[in-house]
Amino acid sequence: MNIVACLKRVPTTDLVPKVGADGKSIDAAGVQYMTSFYDEIAVEEALRTKEKLGGEVIALTLGPSDASKEVRECLAKGADRGIVLVDPAWSDRDAYSTALALKQQVETLGAKLVFCGRVATDRDQASVGPMLATLLGWACVSDVIALEISGDAGTAKREADGGIETYAFSLPAVITCQKALNEPRYAGLKGIMAAKKKPVEEVPCPNPGNQVETLSLAPPPARKAGRIVGEGVAAVPALIEALRSEAKVI
Amino acid sequence: MSTVLVFVEHLDGNPKRGGLEALGAARSISENVVAVLAGAGAELAPARLQGAAKAVVLVGDASSPDACAVALAAVAKSEGARAFLALATSTGRDLAPRVAALLGSSLLSDCTGLERNGDSFVVVRPWLAGKVIARQRSSSPVLCATLRRNVFGPASGGPPGSVVAGPAIGTGKAKRTALEAKGSGKLDVAEASVVISGGRGLRESRHFKLIEDLASAFGNAAVGASRAVVDAGWRPHGEQVGQTGKTVSPQLYVAIGISGAIQHLAGMKTAKVIVAINKDREAPIFKVADYGVVGDAFEIVPALTAEIQRIRSQG
Repeated sequence: MNIVACLKRVPTTDLVPKVGADGKSIDAAGVQYMTSFYDEIAVEEALRTKEKLGGEVIALTLGPSDASKEVRECLAKGADRGIVLVDPAWSDRDAYSTALALKQQVETLGAKLVFCGRVATDRDQASVGPMLATLLGWACVSDVIALEISGDAGTAKREADGGIETYAFSLPAVITCQKALNEPRYAGLKGIMAAKKKPVEEVPCPNPGNQVETLSLAPPPARKAGRIVGEGVAAVPALIEALRSEAKVI
Repeated sequence: MSTVLVFVEHLDGNPKRGGLEALGAARSISENVVAVLAGAGAELAPARLQGAAKAVVLVGDASSPDACAVALAAVAKSEGARAFLALATSTGRDLAPRVAALLGSSLLSDCTGLERNGDSFVVVRPWLAGKVIARQRSSSPVLCATLRRNVFGPASGGPPGSVVAGPAIGTGKAKRTALEAKGSGKLDVAEASVVISGGRGLRESRHFKLIEDLASAFGNAAVGASRAVVDAGWRPHGEQVGQTGKTVSPQLYVAIGISGAIQHLAGMKTAKVIVAINKDREAPIFKVADYGVVGDAFEIVPALTAEIQRIRSQG
């Protein structure tokens, strides 16, 4: 069984972003990149699924040619091969054009299971996984925190606002991964050496057309300067008074 | 007139406040708003809606998201909708990308602003969990967007003039078979209007009792947590606020024993009012707090809880 793990290159979460000179992009100077946090969980779940059920794990990303770096990290953890869908304008791509490109690649690979992160921590869209499943005509469970697959069916627990939902689904399927699903492994030295010999294919992936255009980017509105109302228990009456009369929230 | 279709969530026929907020947002861009409802008790909900000209009630079992999405997309097509809106809840964020894909459209998630500009739509949405705010224009065949909770004002006006039965929901490829509900009355951190969050300053997981007690004193509050205490296993990850957790915009956010790493600040900086309680006067959390109290949370929080209880019991 071919298992695809989708990953996205994103800025590290400690980034303090600056708006670029064009006023509508993030200044790339000094930005460090990483695999999106939840995509690490997707890669781990793909590897665990392969260890249980057999098959091959393909690490798939859409990004700059340089994103082969994040793909190699997956190979070092145990993925068998990698594919970079290369689009120099990757960071402007909208969710739909991304899902369309992934769909084509997943079909080419003849995969039966695709793991995605719940959300990428740059654009916070949480859209590509369910969109990809819909375009493929596959089942999809999002925000998954527990997963069992047996034969051509599976059950997944999903973290919803009201509690934990259980879903029964049929394969093929797209699963988007939430934090509690697993604890991602680290690559060992042996894995890192082995990854150097594993194939990473670069496939040109021009964007047929974005439907979303970014008009401007700005820092969030600055908060009005606050104040220390006091120290210790003695400050509680002053805090209550401020919340009541000034802020009017109680 | 451009029709805007709004997926309104309800619980046994009682519309959720967020559903009314989505209708309010829809009314700001269109006079012709159509509400669509699904699931047990959906037929009771239209009479309790405000701001929609029409309500469409999907027929049948709503436990398969892929099948629901097919029915929603069919309604969008039959109503000639120019926009499809849902709240950015766990249900809305799961359904909306599927509906968008079926309509050949992209999606803009978790929007905090929505405008109509002639024939196109412009949304405001946070990137990087709110470290920057983007204005984005959609030229999708149908504008598909999810809206952040506690941001848009609820719609006013009477119930819809017409209520019709929509298409039947078919059989899907995934089906919800069980729901293990949270304790009754427990609110999600992303929907509550008051969030009380705790961090490493509480020292041990059992000390979260202080946070829970303060939350229950408020009555309408949810418990939140910093990444450090979630990673330590003290709290479930569903409570985590921040860049790898949830982004929240409550009326009141109280951070207790949280120093304020940039990833945490990104997730709560849009709260209307922020209170920080921390023993370290230099903690970054005080830079975003409207009101800070320096000192020992183990002394301050019980006193605050008692005061809130006293005020609320006086009505």
